[in-house]
Amino acid sequence: MKYSGTVFRYGRDVDTDVIIPARYLNTSDAQELAKHCMEDLDATFVERVHPGDIIVADENFGCGSSREHAPIAIRAAGVPVVIAKSFARIFYRNAINTGLAIMECPEAVDAISDGDTVSVDTDTGAIVDETTGQTFQAQPFPPFIAEIIDKGGLVNRWKEKLA
Amino acid sequence: MARAMTMAEKILAAHAGLQEVEPGQLIECDLDLVLANDVTAPIAIRTCQEISDTVFDATRVLLVPDHYVPNKDIKSAEQAKLVREFARVQGITHYYEVGCMGVEHALLPEQGVVGAGDLIIGADSHTCTYGALGAFSTGVGSTDAGVGMATGKAWFKVPETIKFVIDGTLAPGVTGKDVILHIIGMIGVDGALYKAMEFTGSAIESLPMDERMSISNMAIEAGGKAGLIPVDDITRAYLDGRVERPYHAFYSDEDATFAEVIRIDAADIVPTVAFPHLPSNTRPVADARDIKIDQAVIGSCTNGRLDDMRQAAAILRGHRVHPDVRCIIIPATQAVYKACIDEGLMDVFLDANCAVSTPTCGPCLGGYMGILAAGERAIATTNRNFVGRMGDPTSEVYLSSPAVAAASAVLGHIGLPEDIEEERS
Repeated sequence: MKYSGTVFRYGRDVDTDVIIPARYLNTSDAQELAKHCMEDLDATFVERVHPGDIIVADENFGCGSSREHAPIAIRAAGVPVVIAKSFARIFYRNAINTGLAIMECPEAVDAISDGDTVSVDTDTGAIVDETTGQTFQAQPFPPFIAEIIDKGGLVNRWKEKLA
Repeated sequence: MARAMTMAEKILAAHAGLQEVEPGQLIECDLDLVLANDVTAPIAIRTCQEISDTVFDATRVLLVPDHYVPNKDIKSAEQAKLVREFARVQGITHYYEVGCMGVEHALLPEQGVVGAGDLIIGADSHTCTYGALGAFSTGVGSTDAGVGMATGKAWFKVPETIKFVIDGTLAPGVTGKDVILHIIGMIGVDGALYKAMEFTGSAIESLPMDERMSISNMAIEAGGKAGLIPVDDITRAYLDGRVERPYHAFYSDEDATFAEVIRIDAADIVPTVAFPHLPSNTRPVADARDIKIDQAVIGSCTNGRLDDMRQAAAILRGHRVHPDVRCIIIPATQAVYKACIDEGLMDVFLDANCAVSTPTCGPCLGGYMGILAAGERAIATTNRNFVGRMGDPTSEVYLSSPAVAAASAVLGHIGLPEDIEEERS
């Protein structure tokens, strides 16, 4: 898939409590959760974000809780892809399982600034900073994980397997 | 002869039906147990139902409402109801209703559900707690848990293992909680990212099971996938007569390959507190005495077990909580709660002006039962001190052992148990 949007640039260790605070976990409704996405880190994120915008962050994005509400909230807020230097492992699995695209690319993260326009192709791993003209290549997924993504998530993979 | 393997590799290989596995290998495994709570189960149940009409084994799917029960509000009540009804329809044997329940990672070991050598996934990040019993258990999201509930299977990338060797004698007052805070302070919140942690050495061997569980519980706070402690006599004494199924002890081969071996002298570990807003932001308690607190929380899946209650009571006995502090104590299970009454700990807590709650995760995740106002500070025996974790985004959480939290509640500022007598004299 190809996406293009404005970058929201954050630092390292963006935890699941700031992505979606637990005080809103009394629901699993995606649109409800999206209203509070990133609230405790960036109170105006929800007002400023537009569909297709991209989150770019340093190491260990999504650390902390196992709440799948975090990638669900990000995607429902309109962000289709997160680029980071690394992802916390539960968030990594949850993103793949729920259809939030993730790309690991430390070089791109170092070069991209807040507010840049960035285009990505999640199939090839190509990242282009349209503002500066720089191009980057994200690390490819192992075939096993690429297959889950191709099938549209873990549930679909199992449905196909059991059919 | 299979390659030399770590404890983590052996448990994963055994559940994948393979003679050997190596780090980086992607494998599909049969699961012993799959668990979820009232926050994560609703999504997991929907996922499960998309794949199958029934769970793979009604005795191996564990549902523990603990985060927002007793119900915090109407939305929470709806979530708990959904879990309850699913448990009834499916005939889930390990569903724990209010009045029988507890904080899941304290409850399930206590009830003998978890055994050494098990492979467990749970839709809760602190599922890694059962590493203390010699199980490979790890937190996952609701979709992984839902698929696991339906199929009894999950995929894993075999992790490398970091081995911690902690030899020597821990000083009096230094607990398992201080050990794990010390380690997280050393390696950082992603120091064990994508890796298993194995805790060994004479200092670990000397710790009782409750304190070992505090260590394994916080492996995730270093990014770890599992926090394993090899089975020994203390493990067997805990499991025997308690665990329902046969269990298996797996040990790392002497010539197994570790990503890293980190040696720590137990004498270097002091009572430790993690400052906001990361569990890795650690300092000796002795250097934190200028931090005034508004609240102390003693409980959670990290430190809500009976030994934790005893350690807190030993400090609070004969004292009163500082007038500027609210001290909230939450025994993690119904059995711990009852033992607190039987042992007279409840009298100590109540006489000290503590509020004692029925089991719930409540304040640990900023759910309810002790939310912080803007600018307030809490010391807590919980596991995370992220921005807004216990309430307003400008509030602060400091993580410590039960003894330090109890002493701080009496002092009105962060401090050591010995400071109480000193400040009186």
